[in-house]
Amino acid sequence: MRILYLAWNYLRVGVLNEFQYRVNFFVQLGQSLVALSTGLIGLWLVFSHTEELNGWSQPELLAVMGVFVMMNGLIQSYIQPNMTRLLGEIQDGTLDFALTKPADAQVLASVREFRLWSLADVIVGMIVLLIGINQYTGTVGPWQALGFLVALLMGGLLIYCFWLIITTTAFWVIRIDQIVNLFEGIYAAGRWPVSIYPNWLRLSLTFLVPVAFAVTVPASALLNRLTPATLLGTAGLTLAFLVVARIYWRIGLRNYSGASA
Amino acid sequence: MRRMLDYFLTSMKVAVLIEFQYRVAQYFYMIGMMAEPVIYLVVWSTIANSQGGSVGGYTATGFAAYYIVWTLVRNMNIVFTPYGWEWRIRQGRLSMELVRPIHPIFSDISFFSGMKIVVIILWLPLALLLSLVFKPELHPTLLEVVVFFFAIWGAFLIRTMLVSLLGMITFWTTRVGAIYELFFAVELVLSGRLVPMTLMPAWVQQIAWYLPFQWCFYFPIQALVGSMTPAELFTGLGLQLFWILVGTLFVNVVWKLGIRQFSAVGG
Repeated sequence: MRILYLAWNYLRVGVLNEFQYRVNFFVQLGQSLVALSTGLIGLWLVFSHTEELNGWSQPELLAVMGVFVMMNGLIQSYIQPNMTRLLGEIQDGTLDFALTKPADAQVLASVREFRLWSLADVIVGMIVLLIGINQYTGTVGPWQALGFLVALLMGGLLIYCFWLIITTTAFWVIRIDQIVNLFEGIYAAGRWPVSIYPNWLRLSLTFLVPVAFAVTVPASALLNRLTPATLLGTAGLTLAFLVVARIYWRIGLRNYSGASA
Repeated sequence: MRRMLDYFLTSMKVAVLIEFQYRVAQYFYMIGMMAEPVIYLVVWSTIANSQGGSVGGYTATGFAAYYIVWTLVRNMNIVFTPYGWEWRIRQGRLSMELVRPIHPIFSDISFFSGMKIVVIILWLPLALLLSLVFKPELHPTLLEVVVFFFAIWGAFLIRTMLVSLLGMITFWTTRVGAIYELFFAVELVLSGRLVPMTLMPAWVQQIAWYLPFQWCFYFPIQALVGSMTPAELFTGLGLQLFWILVGTLFVNVVWKLGIRQFSAVGG
């Protein structure tokens, strides 16, 4: 309970901070729209040469792109800012300030930052998703919507675990600032359903970098392409990742020597 | 002239030494960058296979060749970023460079030329790996190889001019992020970075021909991968030269106007 209270308070402060710079929302929205147009141009080019991509129709791919943009907004607003801040603090030794606070260090390190305006992507993505679903010929009922929300939550948690594990590695190797570039490059693969990729790539996108669970699985839940077994498997994997990330974080933290900043 | 050449070579050497120190960081960066063409390649070879083997004149192996050469051309297209210009102007770092007897753009070009040597060396194993995985089909003639060699350096110079022009907008306004994003989006579509230009509708190809973007990207790739006639190859090089000259002219004019606006202290 205390954890939720803490997260809520940091969230509130984050929102208040962002409200000082309201114009940034429109700048962010503009950038989201530019990024979306290039994505849509890509999609349109694909469908000007073919009817379907590996069994996925145009409305379905539009829905996948919507989920991709939404998840990107969540990552950019909540997961990535916290992790890059943590990364910087491990490098500079200023993590001391967080560690001395009377709260769980992992939770604290994961909730301190919140970029409200990056949620512009979530709005834009949701609109794209709704347009895709609207053109989709299958049925989308409350069960699919529920499955989608659960899968989206688990996808977000998996991406968080992935980021935490990578960031924790900084306790040993210190300099991994190119990691943001690397992640963004690989995450872009989620724009398309992972089933189109060759085996080795699909497996890496599923278990090495959980892009498949972040985008393809939630979208599949909406589009009647998901069996309950997969959803259950995703839940198991999420739990496993949470535990592993936690253990890894504890080991890494023991390695941290601070710098008395 | 001799002094300039001397500076150029020394600066290149320094760049080579610096960049080799950070080869792991360079690799991280490159692998992140490779994800983009691999995604395009997978999508388009899937389409080529489902359309009876080829689309827009490219087979799956043709796309493999296109997007693997793409990775080298993309690396050659990396120049001092407009965000770097923003930082340089806003923070007043430019003052320091202004007191030197060398034009800042000239020093950018020499540093980045050195960096390209490191990039090409580090790129080779990655290209080999990609070739083993995707099996590209590539049989260039000697002339095509020679033209390609000059074309990638031409591309580097054109893009330096374009991006410097973009960066110098910061002389007048400091909120430039959105303008840059827009520029990169237009470039992505019209340069051949997203897809080979032949997959674009005819009217887009028409427009792109008159703009500099595709001469930095599509033309060098196509020189090596496609089957262009010697006349087309030399027309391409000629147009590159044209854009380098136009770019240099504009950079000089904008620089002269912009530098009057510049009023930073310190740096």
